[in-house]
Amino acid sequence: MTFVSLTRFFQNYAVLIMIIVLMIVLSLMSDSFLTIRNLLNILNQNAPLAIMASAMTFVIIAGGFDLSVGAIFAMGSVCSAWLALNVDPYFGLMMAPVVGLCLGMLNGLAITLLHVHSFLATIATSLIFKGVAVVISDGRLIPVRMAEFTWLGRGSFGGVFIAVWVMIAFALILTFVLTRTTYGRKVLSVGGNEEASILSGIRTNRIKISTFALAGLAAGLASSISVSRISMGQASAGAGMELQAIAAVILGGTSIYGGSGAIWRSVAGVLLLALINNGFNILNADPFYRDLTTGLIILAAIGISAAGKRR
Amino acid sequence: MNTYATTVPAIRAKGIGVAFGGISVLRDVTLDIMPGEIHGLIGENGAGKSTLGKVLGGYYSASAGALEVFGTRAHPWNPPAALARGVAIMHQELQLVPDLTVAQNVFLGIEEHRFCVLKTTEAARLDALMASSGFQLQPNAVVSTLPIADQQKIEILRALARHAKVIVMDEPTSSLSKGEITQLHEAMKALRDEGRTVIYVSHFLDDIMETTDRVTVLRDGALVATKITAQETKSSLVSAMLGDGKTETPFPQKKIPANRTAALQVTGIASRNGANGATLHVNKGEIVGLIGLVGSGRSEIARAIIGADPATSGEVVLEGAVYGKASVAKSNDLGMVMVPEDRRKQGLVMTIPVCANMTLPHLSQFSLAGIIRSGLERLRAGKLIDHFSVRPADLDGNILNYSGGNQQKVLISKWLMEDPRIILLDEPSRGVDVGARETIHNAIAELAEKGAAVLLISSEIEEVLGLAHRAYLVDRGRIVEEIDPATSDVAEVLAALFRHQGTGKLEEAS
Repeated sequence: MTFVSLTRFFQNYAVLIMIIVLMIVLSLMSDSFLTIRNLLNILNQNAPLAIMASAMTFVIIAGGFDLSVGAIFAMGSVCSAWLALNVDPYFGLMMAPVVGLCLGMLNGLAITLLHVHSFLATIATSLIFKGVAVVISDGRLIPVRMAEFTWLGRGSFGGVFIAVWVMIAFALILTFVLTRTTYGRKVLSVGGNEEASILSGIRTNRIKISTFALAGLAAGLASSISVSRISMGQASAGAGMELQAIAAVILGGTSIYGGSGAIWRSVAGVLLLALINNGFNILNADPFYRDLTTGLIILAAIGISAAGKRR
Repeated sequence: MNTYATTVPAIRAKGIGVAFGGISVLRDVTLDIMPGEIHGLIGENGAGKSTLGKVLGGYYSASAGALEVFGTRAHPWNPPAALARGVAIMHQELQLVPDLTVAQNVFLGIEEHRFCVLKTTEAARLDALMASSGFQLQPNAVVSTLPIADQQKIEILRALARHAKVIVMDEPTSSLSKGEITQLHEAMKALRDEGRTVIYVSHFLDDIMETTDRVTVLRDGALVATKITAQETKSSLVSAMLGDGKTETPFPQKKIPANRTAALQVTGIASRNGANGATLHVNKGEIVGLIGLVGSGRSEIARAIIGADPATSGEVVLEGAVYGKASVAKSNDLGMVMVPEDRRKQGLVMTIPVCANMTLPHLSQFSLAGIIRSGLERLRAGKLIDHFSVRPADLDGNILNYSGGNQQKVLISKWLMEDPRIILLDEPSRGVDVGARETIHNAIAELAEKGAAVLLISSEIEEVLGLAHRAYLVDRGRIVEEIDPATSDVAEVLAALFRHQGTGKLEEAS
C-alpha cells in the first residue's frame, strides 16, 4: 500500500518534483542560476504566459479547448497600441482585457450556438481574430513610446516587476474562484459530467461560454503587459502562445478530459517550461536541442500522470 | 426433435455466476444449448437474461463457473476468443461502421489482402455468402443509409463470414417494425435449419413463442427452468418468470394522504425522445407509479415533464399554475426535481467529492455573493450522510470508489436536501443491495408523508405495487391504464402490459 500511495504522491506532484530537480541541477551547473535577479527575470518574462495558462485551466476543466488565445493576444496588442496612440495610453492598456473578454465570449457563443467542438471553433475564430488584427494594424508595427504606456510591462513595485504582481494576483483570484465559489464548483461539475450538471439545473452553456470569456480576458491582460513592455503593438504577437498555454496546463497535471485540475498546476507548468528555456540560456547549451528537450519532458510528465489513470 | 441428449452441446454453462461491483446479477446458471436450435432467454426486467446472453456470447466473462464450447473449455472468454470458437453476439446497439459499405462492414478485419494491399474479391465473397444465407443486400450501399433491419442482417452476415456456429441476439427486435421482425424471424429459422444455433434474448413473449425451440426462464439472476417451447403457453411462461413463492421484502406502510389536492397535472405530454401524449396527475402526499417494459417511454415521460427533453406538445400544471417552457433549472426552482435512472451517466459527477455532489443543485443555498459557505455546506451534507448512512461516511470521499448502493444513496440524498415538493424518481433502487434498498424505500415513504408528490418509475413491478398509492401502465410513451396497487398483483400487471403490447402491434399492422 505504501508503494501505491508513494506512486500516487509522485503522480500528483510530478510537476513540482521536476521543478525542484531541475532547479537543483541548474544551480549545481551554473552560479548565475540561483540568483534572485535571474529568478525574478524568469517570472517576469513568463508572467503573460502564466496568466493565460491560469485561465486556460478553467476552459480545460470545463471540458473545452481554446486555440484562439494567441490570436486574442494579437488583437489585444494591436488594439491597445492603437488606442494608446489615438486616444489615451491608460485607456489603451485598460481596453486590451475588455477586447479579449468580448472575443472570448464570441468564442463561447460560437461553440454553444453552433454545437461544434471548441477545438474546431477556436481554430476558425483564431484565423478571424488574427485577420482583424492585421487589418487594424495595416500589417505594420505600432510603436508607442510613452512612459504612461510602458509602466505596466517595465515598472516594478517593492523590488518586483509589476507584471509579476499582476500574475500572482490573477492566479490567486482564479484559485479562489475555482475552489471557493459556486461558479468554480459549476465549472468542475460541467467538465466532470455535463449531463448530470444539466439535470442538476446548471445552465451548462453559460458556464462554458464564461470559461472562454475568462480565457479571452486573460489573453487580453497578458497582451497589455507584453505590449507595454516592448512598447510596440503588432499583429504577429502571441503566435504559438495558445499551444504553450495548453502544454503548461497539461504539464501541470490538469486532466485533459475535464472535471479536475488546479490553477497552481498550470503556473507550475509554465515555470517548468521556463526553467528548461532558462537552463539552455545560462548553460550556453546548443539551442538546436531546446525543442527536443522540451518535448521529451512534456511527454515524460504526461506519461507519468496518465500511468496512474489507466486501470 | 428430442435428439439433444446424444449430441455435444454448442455451449454448456456450468454454475455460471456474474457480479458487478459486488452485486450478484447472475447465480449458478447451468444450461446446455444445442447445435441447431433457437434458444430463448426470457425473464422480468433485471432477471439477468441479457447478462446471460452476453456471457454466452463472450461479451462478459463469468466471475464463477465454467463454459464449454463444443465440448472444450472456453478460457479465456472474450469477444475475439468467442469469435475464434464460432460464437458471435449481436448487440442491441449494432456495432457497425456507419460510413462504410455493406461489403466493407461484413469483412471488416478479415479482408483478403496480399502484402496489405486489398484484393478486389469482396463483392464475390459477399455474393457467395448471401447466396448461402438467403439474405439479399446491396454490397455497395453505405450502412448509415440502410434501415435497422438491414443493418441487423449485416451483423448476421458478419458473424457468418467468420464461420459463426452460435449467434447470440440481444433484444434484436426492440427497434423493428412488424414486417422487419417477421424477416428477422425467418432469418433465424434459416440459420437454425443450417444447423447453427441462435440464442434469442427478448422480453417479447410472442416472438419467443413463435420462433424458439426451447426457452430458458430466469428470475432474480437464477435459472428457473429450461422448457420445450411447444409445450408452453404465454401464461405458463409468465408465471414461470414471476414464480409463486416470491420472497417479499417488507415495504413501508402506505399512509393515505390527508387532502387530495393535485400537485402535478400532466396532459398529453409528448417529446421527440419518446413521450407520446401521456396524461397523468399526482396529488400531494401521494406516491404514483409508472410501470412499463424496458423501452416503453417511462423515463422519457419524466424527462419531458421536468424539462430535460423539450416537450413538443401537452401541458404541465404545477399546484394549479400552468408551467410552460420547462427547463431543469426552472423546475428545480419551483420545487420539482428528478432523480435520473443512470447514476453514473446522468446523476453523479465522478470527479468531485461526495459533499460537492450532494450540494450541486442547491449551491445558491450555501453561498453568499457566489462564495460557498463551506461550513454550512458540510454541515448539511453531513446530516444527509448520517440520515442515509452512506458508507464510508466521508464528506471528501471519492465517489468513484463507492459501492453502487452508496452511490445511489448519495444521488437520492442530493435531491432530498431541499425538501422537494414534487419528485420524479427513476429507478431509485436499481442495482443496490437489500439494505440500501430498504433505506431508499423508507425515504420515499417519508417524503410522501411530509406532503411531497412522488412519481415513481421502476422496472420492478413489485416495488411499484409495494410503495405506490396508484399506478399507471405505460406503453410506447403514453398511459394505457390506471391500476390500484392494493388490488393488483405482479402477474396481472405483467399480463396487462403484454396485452397492451399486443394491441399496439395490431394497430401498427393494420
